[in-house]
Amino acid sequence: MMGAAPRLKDAGLAALVALALAFPLIGFETAESGVGFTTRFPWVAIAGAAVFAGRLLLGLLPQRFHLRQRASRSTAVSDGKFVKLAAAALIVFAVLLPVLPFASRRSIDLATLALIYVILGWGLNVVVGLAGLLDLGYVAFYAVGAYSFALAVQWFGLSFWEMLPLSGVTAATAGILLGIPVLRLRGDYLAIVTLGFGEIVRIVLNNWTSMTGGPNGIGDIPRPTVFGMPIAPGAPAGVTTFNHVIGIAYDPIQRLIWLYYVALAVALIINWFSLRIRRLPVGRAWEALREDEIACRALGLNPTTIKLSAFATGAMTGGFAGVLFAARAGFISPESFNFQESATVLSIVVLGGMGSQLGVALAAVILATLPEFGREFAQYRMLIFGAAMVAIMIWRPRGLFTVRAPSVRLDQT
Amino acid sequence: MSALLKISGLRAAYGQIEALKGVDLTVGAGEIVALIGANGAGKSTLLMTICGRPRAAAGTIVFDGRDITNLQTFAIVRFGISQAPEGRRIFPRMTVLENLQIGATTAAPERFDRDRARVFELFPILGERRHQRGGTLSGGEQQMLAIGRALMSQPRLLLLDEPSLGLAPLVAKQIFGVIRAINAEEKITVLLVEQNAHHALRMAHRAYVLQTGSIVLSGTGAELLANEEVRAAYIEGGARGAA
Repeated sequence: MMGAAPRLKDAGLAALVALALAFPLIGFETAESGVGFTTRFPWVAIAGAAVFAGRLLLGLLPQRFHLRQRASRSTAVSDGKFVKLAAAALIVFAVLLPVLPFASRRSIDLATLALIYVILGWGLNVVVGLAGLLDLGYVAFYAVGAYSFALAVQWFGLSFWEMLPLSGVTAATAGILLGIPVLRLRGDYLAIVTLGFGEIVRIVLNNWTSMTGGPNGIGDIPRPTVFGMPIAPGAPAGVTTFNHVIGIAYDPIQRLIWLYYVALAVALIINWFSLRIRRLPVGRAWEALREDEIACRALGLNPTTIKLSAFATGAMTGGFAGVLFAARAGFISPESFNFQESATVLSIVVLGGMGSQLGVALAAVILATLPEFGREFAQYRMLIFGAAMVAIMIWRPRGLFTVRAPSVRLDQT
Repeated sequence: MSALLKISGLRAAYGQIEALKGVDLTVGAGEIVALIGANGAGKSTLLMTICGRPRAAAGTIVFDGRDITNLQTFAIVRFGISQAPEGRRIFPRMTVLENLQIGATTAAPERFDRDRARVFELFPILGERRHQRGGTLSGGEQQMLAIGRALMSQPRLLLLDEPSLGLAPLVAKQIFGVIRAINAEEKITVLLVEQNAHHALRMAHRAYVLQTGSIVLSGTGAELLANEEVRAAYIEGGARGAA
């Protein structure tokens, strides 16, 4: 541990950096009226002092946290049980959510959005967490899913339930199309190309006005029906509404609850699928590819098919999320599919712990709902967001859940 | 004895640098063949070229009567050539058992349990550590895992690249013992690259000496072990030989 003198010096240095930054950023303010600016140097001094004190405190903290980290490592054996319990609790909570006292239109809508991010996180987790292929353009598949749904509605009058699987197929095809040219790339190079792919998709959607409506987007996207019956206040002739059949009065919240349950069902199916596929040869091959591509080849695995299957699976999941997103919003435009979204989903995977289903789900819920909870103090939202990221990277550098459960156990030799 | 692997006139290059300058080599079925030579002689390149990376620039590689010169690496493995690559290259975050499973990718699934039991019999320590992550094993255990993993694909020809590299003499001896056992009991043919020429030559039925991309000497293990030049270059003057 550092002595008192170096610690003071360290804090002093940090304060100096803070002062240098604060001088232009905080020291000057544009005048309320007219040209010119006013100065507020006392605030610069306060910022410097705050950083000094904070840095000093931080120097004192680590001892405690190091201990805690070690403790958590030694209990890694019981983590499997804990993960199972936590997952079960989360699922029960998710199922009961619409009947809980705080359920409102806003909270259910938010929960649906969170589920969409959970699905996106799990999808990208296959590509980044399991196969180790850094994809910065994941939003492209989200967009392909959403747009193929919206366009199929517009041009062919297809429904949500017809397009949910079909959009998965179109997104998976897009995944393979992206996969073929980038097969030889890894790491940083792959990241750049996928980043470009994400932008290409967005720009095409933005400019192909005759097809996609360009920046005006596509509206009137139908919500999912219940076994072919819509949830609506009244129905055109020949169509029976679901409310009518079960004999309850229409309430707009019913649509939200139904969409929420559809999203939950899709999420649970994807989760089940992801957990299963990890135990199958293809899932194992993804992980082996992440670990060592050359060794994979030397053992008779074909990296081409492994990468393509990872891209296709991740893209298909993104496509499902896109359909849910379009059904939730009822309107989509290229704006919703910018790089920011890719970055958010990637942060979900990294913060959650690469390869961990539960960690990714938790991170998705936190990242999707945090901005909403932060609305009351909107000014500090980004500050809290940034601080939370830094905190996780300091104390949980490998993500919330880092324990990788073996895909196979064998108790007798 | 019929030739399982027959290499003729093999050339391979990394860009402009020619690493193999026309190598002729035969491995008979059931043999242990050692390949010795100084650093940079092209030993590892030869093993890797058999597996298709780097590609052979000229010459042919015939395995069991089939020309495999231009096949992809993963396809070559399917014919029954398996490699424990240099530097072991196990999958560090996956358990011992998972490493073995991936090794068995090309094998018949119903044979998995038997093959796995055999690997644990050859290397009992791997059985004890079957749920441990590969990266947490010691160097010797990782080498055992690399060999065990290669065996899981039920190869007819096993390529071993410096299995004793960086291991304590006792562990190296154990590994050489297992290689002998694999060859004698499973009838698996072994082509072995080794810096530890003394051990390699004592174990091998036949051996080749590779020097700057060409075979300069070949014979039975005992012949080469008695050869003055070989002794001077690779055995007695250990420090000189490695330079």
